[in-house]
Amino acid sequence: MTLIIGLITGVLFGVFLQQAEVLRFEKQVAAMRLKDMTIVKFMLSTIVVGAIGIHLLQDLGAVSFAPRALSLGSQVIGGLLFGAGWAIIGYCPGTSIGALGEGRFGVLWPIAGMLVGGIVFALLYPFIQLNIQPIGALGNLSLHGVLGINHWIVIIALAAGSFFLFRFFEKRGL
Amino acid sequence: MEHNNFLQRWRPYVFGALAGLLLTASVATTGQFFGTSTTFPRMATLVVDIVGIDLSETYFYQVRDGSLTGSSFPNWQLLFVIGIGLGALLAAKASGTFKREELPQMWVDQFGPSTRKRALYSLGGGILAMVGARMAGGCPSGHGVSGVSQLGISSLVAVAMFFIGGILTARVLYRKGGVA
Repeated sequence: MTLIIGLITGVLFGVFLQQAEVLRFEKQVAAMRLKDMTIVKFMLSTIVVGAIGIHLLQDLGAVSFAPRALSLGSQVIGGLLFGAGWAIIGYCPGTSIGALGEGRFGVLWPIAGMLVGGIVFALLYPFIQLNIQPIGALGNLSLHGVLGINHWIVIIALAAGSFFLFRFFEKRGL
Repeated sequence: MEHNNFLQRWRPYVFGALAGLLLTASVATTGQFFGTSTTFPRMATLVVDIVGIDLSETYFYQVRDGSLTGSSFPNWQLLFVIGIGLGALLAAKASGTFKREELPQMWVDQFGPSTRKRALYSLGGGILAMVGARMAGGCPSGHGVSGVSQLGISSLVAVAMFFIGGILTARVLYRKGGVA
């Protein structure tokens, strides 16, 4: 059942990504060139609605979750490496599969690169776990936990910040 | 035309918000948060196994009984990733936006029409992107959407680094005058 729900969830997500036009190389690279913020609008809209939804579920006792563990070494080095690769290929892992569905067959090259990257990661895994992961490993920290405030205050601030950012993008035609 | 511009403008917000509702529904029904990048090393190890290269002695294959490798298939995320491709195909066909394309126009404008060049950059970039995503513990869906929705500091740091790395690299790649 989990598998079927996973497939349905993926199909719907694929439809939303495609209709939002965020699967396109041009939209992804234009965001990194600070020319078109479509993907940022999409991501932040998803995040604000998702944050409200999952925290409501948590407050109702329906689910419980903890943020991914913080390791400054992993997230800073890995994040910068990912960003560099992302700018070159113009797709992230999820959108690459969606772009293939849209007919952008040239994305097979980046997908091949990411599969090779999967093996490179597997071979580097012991080194990363030993030397990079422990740098600044601070555990499952959340923003509201560290600030010592209610999570809804952070969510309201996130929503307000997104709103002003969206207004800025629309005014500038980004 | 006026009407179309209005719709176009709201597109990323409306579909983004729908994706947020979908994330909520996914967590409520299966407890699964969105994520895609883990499927790539899993798929890659599966391919390596099929080809007949034996990596089973490596540490990566032994972590959590092989849950990082293809032996964990089929699982929720694999079906989710396949679904993204199917959903995009359906939506593109239904809306008449399906378009066969070998090379992105923005790429050709800067780097020329060589498939070989695009392939080489794609392999290098793809390796960087995947090693980086897995090292960071997620990609724009896992860290970006799911992790930031949970207000996790690790995800906020990761997403900031994705964009800093991406913006700096794009500045170099797409500087005026072209890269060779």
